Amino acid sequence: MSGASKTNLGMLASLIRSKNAGPFWITFDLMFDTEADFLRAVKAGVPSKRWIAETYRIPEEEVLLVQLPQARAIKFSFPRPRIQGDPGESDMYSGQQYAPLLDLPVE
Amino acid sequence: MNTPSVSLISPTGALGMGFPDETLERGIVLQPDFIACDAGSTDSGPFYLGASKPKLSRRAVLHDLRRLLRARQELGVPLVIGSCGTSGTDDGVNWVREMVLESAKEEGMFLKLGLIYSEQKPQKIAEAFKKDMVQSLPGAPSIDRESILKCSHIVAMMGHEPIVKALEEGCDVVLCGRASDTALFAAYPMMKGIAPGPVWHCGKTVECGAVCTTLPASGGVFAKIDDSGFSVEPLSEEAACTPMSLAAHTLYENADPNLFREPSGTLDTTNSSYHAINDRVTRVEGSVFHPERYTLKLEGSAFRGYQTVAIGGIRDPFIIRGVDAWRDGMMEHFKQRVQELTGFEVGREVNIEISFYGRDAVMGKIEPMQDQSAHELGILFTVTAPEQSVATDIARFVTHAGSHWSIPEWKGFISGIAFPFSPPEIERGPAYRFMLNHVLVPDSLFDPFRFSVEEVW
Repeated sequence: MSGASKTNLGMLASLIRSKNAGPFWITFDLMFDTEADFLRAVKAGVPSKRWIAETYRIPEEEVLLVQLPQARAIKFSFPRPRIQGDPGESDMYSGQQYAPLLDLPVE
Repeated sequence: MNTPSVSLISPTGALGMGFPDETLERGIVLQPDFIACDAGSTDSGPFYLGASKPKLSRRAVLHDLRRLLRARQELGVPLVIGSCGTSGTDDGVNWVREMVLESAKEEGMFLKLGLIYSEQKPQKIAEAFKKDMVQSLPGAPSIDRESILKCSHIVAMMGHEPIVKALEEGCDVVLCGRASDTALFAAYPMMKGIAPGPVWHCGKTVECGAVCTTLPASGGVFAKIDDSGFSVEPLSEEAACTPMSLAAHTLYENADPNLFREPSGTLDTTNSSYHAINDRVTRVEGSVFHPERYTLKLEGSAFRGYQTVAIGGIRDPFIIRGVDAWRDGMMEHFKQRVQELTGFEVGREVNIEISFYGRDAVMGKIEPMQDQSAHELGILFTVTAPEQSVATDIARFVTHAGSHWSIPEWKGFISGIAFPFSPPEIERGPAYRFMLNHVLVPDSLFDPFRFSVEEVW
């Protein structure tokens, strides 16, 4: 039985990643090894739209958050705050924007 | 009664990325009806479209292309290659065409070669914009006639329609300008009249080669499509296509994992079901395609200046402790100095960026841990200016003055930045930016495209 005790997303997920979805969007994938782990994250409601909006400093209504049971995955996307490659670009592929998710507590 | 079906191989996610010979050999044994391969993307940023230059090397692309041409020859089936030369500009199509000619000559092949150009003249797009035939997608930057005309290159992303036209003309090899990755795999089965739901979902699944398998770097996949679904199996014996690996791939690089817009409509995978046929093969059913108004996605990239960069490191704990004030102080000085020496204004014609690796260079303002102090910081200076020589001249005094910028803790002249190189400045060449996130409503199905067919031997 996967844990009654508290854990965090970094421990629970089998893969957490971020990536450009075209030059104007960024998308995050959270995958889980087992149905139980996936459902645990879903039930705990992490990540929430509100947390995403606050962490990435974007309007909450711009967040697209989807659960995909057939892939045991949670996915969220929002318009890239800076267009890919525009002045100030720090992560051309948006590949390193997921780190704050790892510490999110999961009941 | 036999249900009609079409089979294909997708040998690799990108022409030039490579694949093991034995995976292609296995693909040939499976007797696919066609081979398709993507050769481009906007993924690597605005440079490749703006400069109209390929990301992967000629030797890497030629190595893959030659093997695919041989496989095609052996099977006697069409080969479709999309988004030639990374961005799919006319230069990109011509670049790959020239490699096809070279390979065909070397190998003594005879083939009918179709070229589909999808580059758009900015002037023509500006006219379409005026007629309200260029429409913005969600999150698009606002554009005007001027910003369209500023684009160095604009391409329209083709769907399956122009590729079907080339295939119907009997082309053995079709080289496309910018094309939807999915359309490369959809064209042949659409031409054969297979139901669009399975066709487009199959294309979406196999477009990156083995990325939809349990071993993403193992080469390619074989797929078979019929009116009620499709099945996929890996070309590597070590890999497997599981319900999980196929379903997970619909997530990759897509904002919405269930809805995928193509020029002629939207693929909807909300009710798709995945079931394993055996350990290595999975079948997908229930995908639907909703026809919509025919539009073509536009991509445009404009020159925004030449860049010169410098990389250094900081170890002094006093500098690190007050690094924001230290940076702001030198930035003020740089602004005056740029004005004095070049007449340009920082923030207008000239841009100077300073970022600190080890603190918040990766996530910027949203970094939740930027208060945690590191014992060492990397510093990156990025200067952007209208000319390369101006960018470098600015970088030369920026690195010098920056390195000796004083801090209150020390009395006297310091050298506060550790530069690994002499000179510290590195010329990066031209930089570009994406200008368009829009669709074109074309006058007709083929109006934005130019076709050419030639016999090659």
